[in-house]
Amino acid sequence: MGASQTRPEHNYDDLTDKSGFSQEQIKNLYQRFQQLSGNHEKISRDDLDRIPALNNNPIRKQIITAFFDKRNQHQNDVGSLDEIGFEQFLMVMSHFRPVNSTATEEEKVTVRKQKLRFLFNMHDTDNDGIITLDEYRTVVEELLSQSGAIETEVARSIADAAMLEVASTNVPHMAPDDFYEGITFEHFEQILKGIEMESRMSIRFLDMNTATMRCGKLSS
Amino acid sequence: MNLVFIRQTYAEDQKNNLPVFTMNYPRIQIPFEITLWVLLASFAKIGFHVYHKITIWVPESCLLISIGLIVGAIMHSVHEEPPAVLTSNVFFLYMLPLIVLESGYFMPTRPFFENIGTVFWFAVVGTLWNSIGIGISLFAICQIPAFGVQDINLQENLLFSAIISAVDPVAVLNVFEDVSVNEQLYIVVFGECLFNDAVTVVLYNMFSFVAEMPVVEPVDVFIGVARFFIVGLGGMAFGILFGFVAAFTTRFTSKVREIEPLFVFMYSYLAYLVAELFAISSIMAIITCALTMKYYVEENVSQRSCTTIRHVIKMLASISETLIFFFLGVVTITTDHEWNWGYILFTLLFAFVWRGLGILVLTQIINPFRTIPFNMKDQFGLAYGGLRGAVSFALAFTLPDTIGRKQLFVTATIAVILFTVFLQGISIRPLIEFINVRRTNRNLETINVEIHCRLMEHTMAGIEDLCGQWSRFYWKDKFMKFNNRILRKILIRDSRAESSIVALYKKLELQNAMEILDTASGDIKLLMIKKFLAADLRNIHDILSKNMYKIRERTVAYRGKHALPNDSQTREILIRRHATIRRSLRPRSFQSSVSYLAQFICIILINYFFCWERGLGFSPARSSSSKAMIPLHRLGTLEEVPSTDVLNEESSSTGEGVFRTNSSYSDSRVPHPRRLNSSFDDNNSSVDDLRNVHEEDGAEQVGQRQPASPAPGWAAEPRETTARNPLLRRPQWNPKKK
Repeated sequence: MGASQTRPEHNYDDLTDKSGFSQEQIKNLYQRFQQLSGNHEKISRDDLDRIPALNNNPIRKQIITAFFDKRNQHQNDVGSLDEIGFEQFLMVMSHFRPVNSTATEEEKVTVRKQKLRFLFNMHDTDNDGIITLDEYRTVVEELLSQSGAIETEVARSIADAAMLEVASTNVPHMAPDDFYEGITFEHFEQILKGIEMESRMSIRFLDMNTATMRCGKLSS
Repeated sequence: MNLVFIRQTYAEDQKNNLPVFTMNYPRIQIPFEITLWVLLASFAKIGFHVYHKITIWVPESCLLISIGLIVGAIMHSVHEEPPAVLTSNVFFLYMLPLIVLESGYFMPTRPFFENIGTVFWFAVVGTLWNSIGIGISLFAICQIPAFGVQDINLQENLLFSAIISAVDPVAVLNVFEDVSVNEQLYIVVFGECLFNDAVTVVLYNMFSFVAEMPVVEPVDVFIGVARFFIVGLGGMAFGILFGFVAAFTTRFTSKVREIEPLFVFMYSYLAYLVAELFAISSIMAIITCALTMKYYVEENVSQRSCTTIRHVIKMLASISETLIFFFLGVVTITTDHEWNWGYILFTLLFAFVWRGLGILVLTQIINPFRTIPFNMKDQFGLAYGGLRGAVSFALAFTLPDTIGRKQLFVTATIAVILFTVFLQGISIRPLIEFINVRRTNRNLETINVEIHCRLMEHTMAGIEDLCGQWSRFYWKDKFMKFNNRILRKILIRDSRAESSIVALYKKLELQNAMEILDTASGDIKLLMIKKFLAADLRNIHDILSKNMYKIRERTVAYRGKHALPNDSQTREILIRRHATIRRSLRPRSFQSSVSYLAQFICIILINYFFCWERGLGFSPARSSSSKAMIPLHRLGTLEEVPSTDVLNEESSSTGEGVFRTNSSYSDSRVPHPRRLNSSFDDNNSSVDDLRNVHEEDGAEQVGQRQPASPAPGWAAEPRETTARNPLLRRPQWNPKKK
């Protein structure tokens, strides 16, 4: 495929360091990137929207937005991009790498934090560092939007209940007049501390060169 | 002693007087003895818990075997025979299916399917490795003349090793239940011991067949392999078939609720028996049947039936297990043993060594395929947790008599079982704590966790779609879609898909409701609850008779300080005061201690009991977990009122039922009633103020149609709500202004 020639080999080393993927994995992901972008340099939101398999996903909007979110780029930027290049695509994907079994405890903690951060960013759309009730509600509504006739009320109640849970777990002795602003990242970590992130939020990226032409887009 | 009028057809014509008092023991002998044994074993079980520390350190299986040994010794000394009922037929046909049904029914499905590859890997390859390894080593030992067992040939050794390499679900679960190891380890051990039956059955049959043959040919080995697939897959196929049929049947049982539980039992048992008929793996059949059936059946049957099913399964399994261990002890004493130091000791040694080696090697191979690899400690837990138990025992008894050394095998089996159960069973707990195997966090039943688990799943499925890769999230996604679109429509009566989040939410609310009722003791609240219920009995009665367990709110119109609630604008709160249901709602294996929040009954009470204002931190002194309080919201039964309107009209807050659990709920200051009114105006304009929709909730909870004139006392009430609701900034309800 001619497209692969536009990416000079030596850049791969750079990317390997930054994202932690192996060369093979990067090549595979690059092929996928080409597929999605129609062989352009950048992917726009429309490109991702067009993936047919995502149609059934209740939170597709959030997922797609996550790709364009600068906060997921491991830098300290905020805001969102309109288009992303391959490097940014890789950086977002690197959130889902499984933890190396040889990693140290600290590395594992960092990776876990990263994954949690990704989730947190998915909730926190206005980027004020806390998840407010409205934001949480939006997510819950989206999540439940596919499972039958759930009225918004129910989704809201559930979101409220969840917020209360967080509030009481993290700030157990709130005075009655206190107002619980929202879930901060620490609280978020706290409530999810029992869950094993490693298994739930990792994909084994393919090492072998198996081309999966799912989009139906042929690379020219 | 019954007063029995015996109609005897005696040939002799005796002049008898009418017997006043007679005994006819032989007639009832068998059921009588069975009942007595069961009672005896159950008393033993009660006895163990008298001193509760025992059960912490010594697993129940050991205790039961010990009691059995004692009873057996007593019987032996009076030269009694053990009850004839204990044959291996009884074991395999009556006792084992119950235990396996329970394991299958209560298996945590999500972790199971996530680890299914590992489970099958260990079950199949592990058991094979063990049997062949032990068999060959024992054969080597047999060659040594010093032990005097040279007459055992290879086939017989292999047969014996097939018997003792079967890790037993009963023993293992008994031990692992208390030791809360991490989920992965638990599910792998659990799954392995349940599913290695397929391999054991095949090996046993194959080797026993072969043991009678003089020569083994390679074609027999191939046949063995083919047989294995038939046995395993056939078992699963039967199980799934019966599971679906059972699910389908329960779709139509809405009119015959009383016999609903019967279907579950009958179909699973049928699956077991049919599998036995074809000599395929009956354990796999019954497990897959239970797994398949559970999901659909629990949606179709009524709540009561669901509880009954769970309870009965547990009871039967418990009895079965108790009896098995008990008899193991008894029969140990009363059978004739043939003891051979060398053989038996080496059997023990090899059993241990080969299991350890097997686990080591197999883990190395499968670890790269796992997302959470097993570390050395997990492997130790896996290896050490390989207890042998009743299955081996029963299999040993069914050995054909043509095998010369049958008694030796029986003795060796019993020795291995006793050794593993006692030694490993007792020491596993301290060892696991000592080496600090990763433990599990069992307090995971919170809404947040559930929401985020789902969120993660969907995210991962989405990312996988994006990457164009297929992996287990993809398959799970596809299966769920298939399930929702096709299976549910066929098998479930009311097939609206319900998200697990909603289901969990409902469940937690129901639990909360129960808890409130249960813990409201010795307080005025209780009195009020009772009064309230009494007043509403008819209403509730109607609902109860429809067997619906929806939690809806009852909001009471406030009419006066001490007036009873006015029903006219109430919605109902359904409270089921069944402790059994509450208990049945608790998940079994990871006993979460969901703390129950005293919530909503108070809503009602709040209306007219000012004592509430005095800040009765009405929190049930529940255990531990710091679960958040979950405000009770009606699910879909109340009309929704948009939030701003709520402020306007409703308000009534009778209560918000949000309470804190463990936190010492301190007395809350009541915001001035004045503030209520003013904030009410504010609220209209600044929606932001209402950040947390609790207002709305509060209002909802209490019912929106509000009551009439706020009495003076009322102003105080709202405090309840605010007080308890950390998310509320201002009390929002206000006296209703019509």
